[in-house]
Amino acid sequence: MSGRTADVGPGPAGRRNFLAELLAIACGGLATLAPIGAGLWAFLDPLRRKGAAASFLPVTELSALPDDGVPRQFAVITERADAWTGFAAEPVGAVYLRREKGSGTVEALSATCPHAGCFVEMESGGRCFRCPCHNSTFTLDGGIVAPSPSPRPMDALECRVAKNGEVEVKWQKFRAGVAEKVVQ
Amino acid sequence: MNRPDTRSSVARKGPLGRLADFLDDRTGYRAVMHEALYERVPGGARWRYVWGSTLVFAFMTQVITGLFLWASYSASAQTAWESVYYIQHEMTGGWLLRGIHHFMAQAMVVLLALHLLQVVIDGAYRAPREVNFWLGLVLMMLVLGMALTGYLLPWDQKGYWATIVATNLAGIVPVFGPSIQQLVIGGTEYGHHTLTRFFALHAGFLPGALILMLVVHLALFRKHGLHAKRPFTRPDAMFWPDQVLKDAVAMLAVMAVVLGVILMPALRAMLLGEPVHAGHLGAELGAPADPSLPYAAARPEWYFLFLFQFLKVFEGWGATGEFLGAIVVPGLIMGVMFLMPIIGNWRLGHRFNVAFTLGVVAGAGLLTAMALNEDYYALWVDKAPLAEAQKLYDETGGDETKLAAALGGDAARIGVVQRQWRKLEKIRHSQAFLDAAKQARLDAARAIELAGRPEKIPPAGMLELVRADAKSQGPRLFAQHCASCHAHVDPRSPGAEAILAKASAANLFEFGRASWMRGLLDPAQVAGPAYFGNTAHKEGDMVSFVQGDLADADQWKKDDIEAVIVAMASEAGLADPGVQPAILERGRALVADGERCGGCHKLGDNGTDLGSAPDLTGWGTRDWLVGIITDPTHARFYGDTNDRMPSFGKAAEGAAPMLSPQQIGLLADWLRGDWYRP
Repeated sequence: MSGRTADVGPGPAGRRNFLAELLAIACGGLATLAPIGAGLWAFLDPLRRKGAAASFLPVTELSALPDDGVPRQFAVITERADAWTGFAAEPVGAVYLRREKGSGTVEALSATCPHAGCFVEMESGGRCFRCPCHNSTFTLDGGIVAPSPSPRPMDALECRVAKNGEVEVKWQKFRAGVAEKVVQ
Repeated sequence: MNRPDTRSSVARKGPLGRLADFLDDRTGYRAVMHEALYERVPGGARWRYVWGSTLVFAFMTQVITGLFLWASYSASAQTAWESVYYIQHEMTGGWLLRGIHHFMAQAMVVLLALHLLQVVIDGAYRAPREVNFWLGLVLMMLVLGMALTGYLLPWDQKGYWATIVATNLAGIVPVFGPSIQQLVIGGTEYGHHTLTRFFALHAGFLPGALILMLVVHLALFRKHGLHAKRPFTRPDAMFWPDQVLKDAVAMLAVMAVVLGVILMPALRAMLLGEPVHAGHLGAELGAPADPSLPYAAARPEWYFLFLFQFLKVFEGWGATGEFLGAIVVPGLIMGVMFLMPIIGNWRLGHRFNVAFTLGVVAGAGLLTAMALNEDYYALWVDKAPLAEAQKLYDETGGDETKLAAALGGDAARIGVVQRQWRKLEKIRHSQAFLDAAKQARLDAARAIELAGRPEKIPPAGMLELVRADAKSQGPRLFAQHCASCHAHVDPRSPGAEAILAKASAANLFEFGRASWMRGLLDPAQVAGPAYFGNTAHKEGDMVSFVQGDLADADQWKKDDIEAVIVAMASEAGLADPGVQPAILERGRALVADGERCGGCHKLGDNGTDLGSAPDLTGWGTRDWLVGIITDPTHARFYGDTNDRMPSFGKAAEGAAPMLSPQQIGLLADWLRGDWYRP
């Protein structure tokens, strides 16, 4: 072994050598790029995915919502897909609905905290909303109670009462932690 | 190749020695071993040098236990919780394996902090070791990244909600934030791909990067040698075996502590003479993740609590505050740490570095203490001196103008009470957390109980089973849909009176059982708040019957009433098993009798028409309860005398009812106490 390697020295520096170096790097690089590229291509797939298009979902009946200005929590039930699994209608989140005295219209607030996405709950006394994670507090109509870690009020959802008396809510999610309400 | 000395030694050696020579000749392993083991330790082996080695040991432990866990783990939204349950509660020794992995991760964070503190205090980051210090910081972030990603993998409630917070925080990074968030959760919703990606990070990308960095970290450590602490009091020693012995003892101590933490709850139970159950062994497993179920006990692992608490510091700063708390300040701290080798060259640089590091550690400690104090405040605060303030709060509803009026404008007193109100608010928040944590433990225990059924977990996963469980879902449905009118409280329990007084419909505790029927047929109770007292039936036929006919000892003997009670419980299928058939028969005949109960109530084919009073055929059975919850205005129940109860299962044409048939069934089962028991 040692006898054969001895006569292959550093070799004459020149054009041919430079080309060989360049080619070696290019071939090796290209060969390695294929698996990395294929991997990244698949890995970045979620960036092309959009959330399910927002649609109005029936949440409850108007008659089930007392007109006392007190928000009540209702589950949002809909079909959903998780990658390869399709789910028949199941709870995917919750909204608070509220109706003022004698009013036929309903206000809807998403139960998802606009701060970091925890589940906002009614305080035991029913006087305000409070997020159990970082203590963001909101009034019963969703406004910020200062000082609050949350950058914006609770997210109001579009809401309408259908002819048959069903309360329908446009189920949407918004980016957490920013002052503007941006659909996710 | 002519080396006569080797030949002569071959002649003297046995087969093992010759094999070693053969290997060394081909690999040169002896030189490598010599290089690795015979490092000079200036000033002799010392305990203070063990921290780096314990970290390597902790990492090796995680690799070993992690690989074995991997062999049984399945990353998907329908199998993650399920497979971790199987590891923890069904596989022999699974609890120990998972326990070591879980608690060694925490030990690793502690060891990291100690290692870093020592390096900074000893000034070991200075030339020529700067690059190695930087590598160490990167290693630290990789370890914290593995801790963060590992927390989600069981797909239980606490991991799920903690991950929602963590990934939402990633989303507020400028420009790339939303893309990063979408990439790590694998789309816009949390699910299969959140798990597969977190698992790939936890078990592939991050440890792979960590091993690469660790190899360089250790190589550079050997290149520069150990940063010996002066003055030397003893002569130099060799790494092997002097320092290795101390390292090994330290590793054993770390493992002993981890095993101690795993076994402590079980040992404690044994010492107290309590039975040891599965929950005592190893790491906790919460209830399966449920995006529709609030989790008020959501907290990160204890070593991230300071970051969690730090977000609360920026209350009122809005989006800027969250950006500062989650991104800018932690980023600046890491930035300063990266600059330490350069800062250390200045005159007071080293002192600054030490003070800065100690300050960060102290700040993190303080924030952790604050977080714990907020959560557990109600446990250690003395509530007795606040009783009066609480009374005032209840009276005024927390209204400050009403308070001023109540105290006659006494400014000093108002100030005192307002301070006490703030204390009470802290107690309420803490109590809410403690209640939520307790509920979380109950939910977890129930999920584990259900998963252990002989029928095992259905293919759709544990969540389906939990959602179909009357014991855990019943109270939630009842609280949401029934409790605004009905009470469900043991009348003998303390505080029951106040709850009953507030209710506007019957107490449904033990409905269908003899105890409930005995109260209904008691003249003293039937018009009370536990039965018809707060309803439109307060002056109805049933009340006058119980207070008139039943109270008349000539018409109704005590034994007859008792027979009716037993017969009704038997109708519901909830009678005591020891009841004599003769009494049952007599009771049933009395109920059916057209001169007694049967005058109004139908029972089987006693000839009474529906419409005058609820049908007692199958009273209190699942079918009966489902019927009355679905539509109490049906002739079988209250017809047009129905008080205010909504028809939960009926809906207008094309609309969905308030409660699904499954939900109504769950309520019926829960009221009857009909649920899976191991």
